[in-house]
Amino acid sequence: MKIDRRGFLKIGGLGILGVAVKPVIDVVSKAKLAEASSKKGVLVEKRLAMVVNLKNCKEGCTDCIAACHGVHNVPDIANPKDEVKWIWTESYENAFPDQEHRFIGGGMKGSPAILLCNHCDNPSCVRVCPTKATFKREDGIVMMDYHRCIGCRFCMAACPYGSRSFNWRDPRPFIKKVNPEFPTRTKGVVEKCNFCEERLAKGLIPACVESCKNKALVFGNVEDPNSEVREILRSNYTIRRKPGLGTGPQIYYIV
Amino acid sequence: MFEKALIGSKKYWGLAIGLLAIMGVGAIFYLQQWNYGLGITGMSRDVSWGLYIAQFTFLVGVAASAVMVVLPYYLHNYKAFGRITILGEFVAVASVIMCLVFIIADLGQPTRALNIVLYPTPSSILFWDMIVLNGYLLLNILIGWNVLASERKSVPPPAWVKPLIYISIPWAVSIHTVTAFIYAGLPGRGFWLTAIMAPRFLASAFAGGPALLILLSLIIRRFTKFDPGKDAIQNLGKIVAYAMSINVFFILLEIFTVFYSQIPEHMHHFEYIFAGLGEHGKLVPWMWASVSLAVVSLILLVNPITRRRESILALACVIVFFSLWIEKGFVLVVTGFIPSPLGRVFEYTPTVPEIFITLGIWAMGFLILAILYKIAIAVKEEIEA
Ligand code: SF4
Ligand code: SF4
Repeated sequence: MKIDRRGFLKIGGLGILGVAVKPVIDVVSKAKLAEASSKKGVLVEKRLAMVVNLKNCKEGCTDCIAACHGVHNVPDIANPKDEVKWIWTESYENAFPDQEHRFIGGGMKGSPAILLCNHCDNPSCVRVCPTKATFKREDGIVMMDYHRCIGCRFCMAACPYGSRSFNWRDPRPFIKKVNPEFPTRTKGVVEKCNFCEERLAKGLIPACVESCKNKALVFGNVEDPNSEVREILRSNYTIRRKPGLGTGPQIYYIV
Repeated sequence: MFEKALIGSKKYWGLAIGLLAIMGVGAIFYLQQWNYGLGITGMSRDVSWGLYIAQFTFLVGVAASAVMVVLPYYLHNYKAFGRITILGEFVAVASVIMCLVFIIADLGQPTRALNIVLYPTPSSILFWDMIVLNGYLLLNILIGWNVLASERKSVPPPAWVKPLIYISIPWAVSIHTVTAFIYAGLPGRGFWLTAIMAPRFLASAFAGGPALLILLSLIIRRFTKFDPGKDAIQNLGKIVAYAMSINVFFILLEIFTVFYSQIPEHMHHFEYIFAGLGEHGKLVPWMWASVSLAVVSLILLVNPITRRRESILALACVIVFFSLWIEKGFVLVVTGFIPSPLGRVFEYTPTVPEIFITLGIWAMGFLILAILYKIAIAVKEEIEA
């Protein structure tokens, strides 16, 4: 359904109207569905997603965090007030507040869950951004333009997953080793996980996925029925964070 | 007319210099913020909006003072307000300017502020807020200035002003509605996710704006030869009484829904402000202060005997103003972030630089207001003499 709507948006040339007219399009698109899917070549479909297998995630291991933060020049500010993080851990109960109960078993209670931006299908951060500094790509990656961001932090209020960090101060002194291939940020802009867009462009997989020795992270195109992510989603029961909010998170968890 | 702002008594100049001094201190602290970044404030990764955005939200409300005098005068021909429409319009001008400056002060990259215009994004409520606020500012400047200029020449205002006045009435409603939408449309922020946000904004605005206007009118009567009129003040008092009652009623509605439904994502925020969560309860005394002030103000305002006594009415207005300031100028914004979507309670306390920058912007607003009022009153005194 989502795919066809996007296809229809393109065909109708309505893409620019974007989110504001989305509910209307939702209704219309059903009728136009057949028409849209018949036009070949328009529906280049790709939807990047990740599966996090918390069963494989070793307690105390921070390989993925180190890899991501290293490659993306994420400053290491210990102070929780000013901290910046792209991928991090939080206790299971905090990550999945709507799944929490007194008798959580399977070793999940209090155990850390890997969190990152969900690259939502219907991202509220994109909807609220007044400058399009946060935007969603065709392949589903929710991206940031650090040069356009005015630092209003509307997106931080809008993200229901706490995925966004603001540079409350100059981050550069807190970067231990600068990776010259990725830009450092200035104070006053927001940042978050970019699904390693810069690595994907070079044909590499995301740094966190690459760094995990236990195969706790799997990345791929969920629109491709033969992809590894799809295979895992088929054979395992997975959950997502706060699915009831309608944001359509694209990080799936095996617990 | 502007020359009238440049001739004034010692008191006028004293006030202006005092306000300029506070602005200067604020500017020095802003320079610090400019160099260091917003980390100089108490805001954090969890509580990412604080005092600045809260002041902006509160002041959008104060800007409503204009419509509450313009509407009765122009739509219902209520003559007593004719003398003070200009006072309401100039309060609107000063408060909208403060709103805009508070937004700029809150931006991480203020030099890029124009990106909102360069890359217009209709899906963003901030984009619409920019339009309605600037529009309201322009309307009130045009209307206020032209009506005053023609009053001075004892001619009716130019014909094109009338439609602008009519437009300004629904426009005033729009600034509160759109500002409320900034909050009321965000998934995962249970404290704000309520359809009654916009009505609440309107009710508190129609209480707070006129309350300030009453106080200003009383000050003007005291210090100048211009009398805004007993009737006008009394009727503004009634408006404050009604609006404040409705505001308190709306808050009670929220409290019912939240505590009867027992949905944690909504309830935790209210528990945080009324009782505190665990050892975290910095806002509890503030919230109870706001509640108590609201109750006292209602007793004074609803009772006609107390309301008719101007000194008590003035006291009630001060109380209304502070009660609303705590509720809207602080608690409403901060509590939306506490607890965070991840259930973490990270409290917020504004820092010294943040407080002085805030005071500096308020001082700037009052200076603008003082200058505009000086002009308006000089014209009025001239006519009456
Ligand atoms: S997780 Fe948050 S930041 Fe990431 S796409 Fe969803 S709403 Fe946006
Ligand atoms: S802080 Fe930057 S990315 Fe976030 S909403 Fe504002 S302009 Fe957009």
